Amino acid sequence: MDTLLDRLMLLLILSDLTMLALRRFSAALGLLALQGGLLAALALAAHQPDFTGRAVLLALMGLVLRGVLFPWLLRRTARRAGIVEERRPFVGFVPSLLAGIGLLAAAMAIGARLPIGALPTLGLVVPASLFTVFTGVFLVVARRKALSQCVGYLVLDNGIYGFGVATVGNIPALVELGTLLDALVAVLVMAIAMYRLSEEFDHMNTDQLDTLRG
Amino acid sequence: MILLVLALAALTASGLVALVTSQHPRLAAFCGAAGPLVAWALALTPALSVLTRGPVLSFECAWPWPFGAVVLGLDALSALFLLVILTLGAVTAVYGVGYMRGARSPLARGVAWISFDLLIAAMFLVVLARHALVFLLAWEAMALTSFLLIAFDCERREVRRAAWTYLVATHLGSVFLLPLFFLLGQPHASFVFSAFGAGLAPGTASICFLLALVAFGTQAGLVPFHVWLPEAHPAAPSHVSALLSGVMIKMGVYGLLRMLTLLGAPPLWWGWLLLGLGGVSALLGILFALAQHDLKRLLAYSSVENLGIVALGLGTGLVGRSVGAEDVAALGLIGALLHVVNHAFFKGLLFLGAGSVLHATGTTEVDELGGLASRQPVTAMAFLVGSVAICGLPPLNGFVGEFLIYWAALAGLVHTPAGAALPLAALVPILATVGGLALACFTKAFGIVFLGQPRSPAAAAAHEAGASMRAGMIVLALACVAIALAAPLLLDPIAWCVAPLAPSAEVVPRAAAVLWQVLLVAAALSGLLLVLALVRRWLLRRREVRSELTWDCGYAAPTSRMQYTGSSFAQPTVDLFASLLRTRKRIAAPDLHFPDAAHLETETRDVSREEIYEPLFEGTERLLKRLRVLQHGRVQIYVLSLVVTLVALLLWQVR
Amino acid sequence: MSALSPAWFEIGLALLLAPLLNSVIARIKAAFAGRQGPPLLQPYFDLAKLLRKGAVYSSTTTWIFRAGPIVAFATTAAALLLLPNGRVAAPVAFPADFVLLAYLLALGRFFTISAALDTGSSFEGMGASREAHFAALAEPTLLLGLAALARKTGALSLSQILPTTSLLAPEVGLVAVALAVILLCENARMPFDDPTTHLELTMVHEVMVLDHGGPDFAFVQYASALKLWLWSALLTALFLPASGNAWVAGALTVAGVFAVACGVGVVESSMARLRLLRVPQLLATALALTAVALILVVR
Repeated sequence: MDTLLDRLMLLLILSDLTMLALRRFSAALGLLALQGGLLAALALAAHQPDFTGRAVLLALMGLVLRGVLFPWLLRRTARRAGIVEERRPFVGFVPSLLAGIGLLAAAMAIGARLPIGALPTLGLVVPASLFTVFTGVFLVVARRKALSQCVGYLVLDNGIYGFGVATVGNIPALVELGTLLDALVAVLVMAIAMYRLSEEFDHMNTDQLDTLRG
Repeated sequence: MILLVLALAALTASGLVALVTSQHPRLAAFCGAAGPLVAWALALTPALSVLTRGPVLSFECAWPWPFGAVVLGLDALSALFLLVILTLGAVTAVYGVGYMRGARSPLARGVAWISFDLLIAAMFLVVLARHALVFLLAWEAMALTSFLLIAFDCERREVRRAAWTYLVATHLGSVFLLPLFFLLGQPHASFVFSAFGAGLAPGTASICFLLALVAFGTQAGLVPFHVWLPEAHPAAPSHVSALLSGVMIKMGVYGLLRMLTLLGAPPLWWGWLLLGLGGVSALLGILFALAQHDLKRLLAYSSVENLGIVALGLGTGLVGRSVGAEDVAALGLIGALLHVVNHAFFKGLLFLGAGSVLHATGTTEVDELGGLASRQPVTAMAFLVGSVAICGLPPLNGFVGEFLIYWAALAGLVHTPAGAALPLAALVPILATVGGLALACFTKAFGIVFLGQPRSPAAAAAHEAGASMRAGMIVLALACVAIALAAPLLLDPIAWCVAPLAPSAEVVPRAAAVLWQVLLVAAALSGLLLVLALVRRWLLRRREVRSELTWDCGYAAPTSRMQYTGSSFAQPTVDLFASLLRTRKRIAAPDLHFPDAAHLETETRDVSREEIYEPLFEGTERLLKRLRVLQHGRVQIYVLSLVVTLVALLLWQVR
Repeated sequence: MSALSPAWFEIGLALLLAPLLNSVIARIKAAFAGRQGPPLLQPYFDLAKLLRKGAVYSSTTTWIFRAGPIVAFATTAAALLLLPNGRVAAPVAFPADFVLLAYLLALGRFFTISAALDTGSSFEGMGASREAHFAALAEPTLLLGLAALARKTGALSLSQILPTTSLLAPEVGLVAVALAVILLCENARMPFDDPTTHLELTMVHEVMVLDHGGPDFAFVQYASALKLWLWSALLTALFLPASGNAWVAGALTVAGVFAVACGVGVVESSMARLRLLRVPQLLATALALTAVALILVVR
């Protein structure tokens, strides 16, 4: 537990746990920005010891998009739609926290068994990424508001990215640009959809929107 | 061995005499209570000699029924349980003399006495049985006699319902004993216990374990098989509740342990399963206990919680055995058995105290009691000792058993590899939460019932219990203290009991040394208490000591209804766990600005019963209703079906 | 029980200096509020005044009410026997001794709650109910945190777990944060309870001892000061280096305890009391932190 990478991954785990226990969206979006920064640092650390210009550029792009643009877009949408916090999730906050601990234990157990070894000193990267994926899925499933589900999707994406860094180490530029573009388009679409929904329906509880069929 | 047979005979004889002389109540009570006392005196010496590593006793005699002989045996495990059964039986019998005075009719009391003595005799036989048939017969006798005892107050509808629930539940569990013994006995075609287990395939052993878990878990009251416990134990007379909660549910633990000694080396998942069941039982048991406002129902749910703790200890022991951590195995099993003994004594004590309250006030509804400590000082002191013990607080005996289980889990956490360490570590916060909730539950039980001001005229008019009832409670309270003081000396006999399951006992001397140090801290604590009390007395010697009303914030007329009730005391926790407890609240609150009459009623029904058993039973009933078409009531068709069957059999025979 | 003198000296210091902690906290809160605050020796003057008074007992109470303060004091003092400092083992040390420590404090709590219920007043009942509720949720965190540290150091006794941990490890940091939260809860400080409010409806610990007076109240005050010392010493011991002279370690412990007291003062001045419904969430967060620490250690 003494490498910088492990400390970064511990911060990632703590940010996931905090997100499970939060209600206010402003704090959740702040944590999302923090995760973007942590992932940029992870990408840089994966390229040690040689910091090529390309690597730095890609990490910077990731930081700008994940750490700045996505949270800002979602914050704008939240402000316009007037949503502040998740009031009645399907799974309350203390049970979410306890479930998070269980998911962390599971991620640790599974991560120790997966045969992945691109980086020589992986430490906590694989379990932390798995846990982030689990957290993202949990947020999508256990929360009512559409914005929570959007945040959950982005957390899921963060986890997959971390997992990718752990597997491949040096992600080709094309793949990296492709995933960033994907995420950007998804967030834009979700932001526009949420804004329209809030204008049309005056709420964002997705469980009341299930008659929009066919 | 002859002494044990004599003890059994004494029990049966005293029960019969009590029934025969039931028209002379005092003689009947004397004879009924004499049996358990005589049995205890007779069986003490053989049991103690076997426990202190004496030779194992056995007895065999042929019997003219198919499948078997009467094979009895007394080894260390049986001896420990036997001592607990007989001690608690004797104490509750003495208590029962005073408790049942004047209850119902003399004949009913005579039947109750013979059932009581036969119940103790049946449990005696269960721990002595070394043949499957003897075991099953004794088990069935235990179920029937306890049914008769639970149904003592059968004029009340809820008591009748509880007794039937108990009978059905205990048989639903016992039915799993038949395939269990069949599977165990089949390889050698013999039903003697000593022939079980050798040459059993691992798959069959696992099935046997699961069958034993269901059968004995129902008897022990593990969730979700516990639904009969909160109905049956409050319905029985209090000395019977003490015996049931103190000893009869331990027969489930005995059966499980006996089967485990026969089934050989346990795979890892057995320990996990026990740990899971134990953790769920402990947490749900104490949560439901906290939500109850009937004292005896609270104590019944608390029994579920303590059996959960015993299962946690057993699970830890099994896990230790499976991963080869001998210390963990020994500590876990010794802790579990010590907790079995401790629970028998302090739960018995608590039920006897509740019986004294019921006898004096006529109610066990917590919110109608209060202030009983000044009216029933001996009962209050006994209940306090029981409450402190059941919360596992030092320096009483409850702490020692839980401490050993904690130590086993921590030793497992530190010394075993990660796969086993993490689930064992989960035991620590579970036990800690259960302990904290137990403290909340029993401060509620003790505080609301015995402290404060009486909340009803019945409570204000309470009187102290009679001599025999006081004697029973005092003996058990002293036993709790004695076990706490003698705990380091008890480790060796208990380790000898579990020697088949945890062969290495090198941790026992270390554990004994640790327990002496715990006693040292307890002694320091007692010394400090004495010093402080003397200091205060010296300080107040020449000062003014007055007596006033409690600070009431300036209200001129404080009443007892301004006090906290049991429901208010437990409200923060019950509301926090509302999704698990599903407490129903009926509130009629004043809706305008001025105070008006209001009404609050809470009821916490058993979730397992509502979600699992009742739908199951209703579904079965619906299914079986389809078969009602066979009961059409016409004699002609019945006779016709008889004739058709006979003719068919005849034709088949002459084919 | 080797190296006897420093351990007993430390216990003596604890008994002597514990009330100073309250005055340190009061001074810091006063500094934040722009006042000068009471003199540092004020708690001692208060105790002396209380010990000189007589007693008034409610007619509703029984011997339990008179026993409550004595048991609270005795259990906290007995728990001091189990606390190591620096490299010196506690006077009494054995495997899993922190379980005994936690349960000794629980014994004190049992009698305090019972004494509160003994008065038959709804104020004390409220305090008792909340105290029982918070304690049930705070218990697991202490034991789980110490269990995580036990696994890390491979030892089972407090005297061997605490001196050998180093703060640089993140697990120790997580456990320290969790234990700091539980310290605030168990000692009835903000954000769990407000020790300076005298509105009965907002108190938890203060209201439980509302009816005590005279020497009883002196015992209660002293016991709560000792409990704060105990918890602060536990927290400080997480940060002490393993090596060093026993007397130096003792001095560092005392300094650390006062540093923790200053920290408590700062927290009390900067936070308001939490709503009652939020308290379980904070306690669950502390439990989650220790669980994360445990998972990281076991990995």
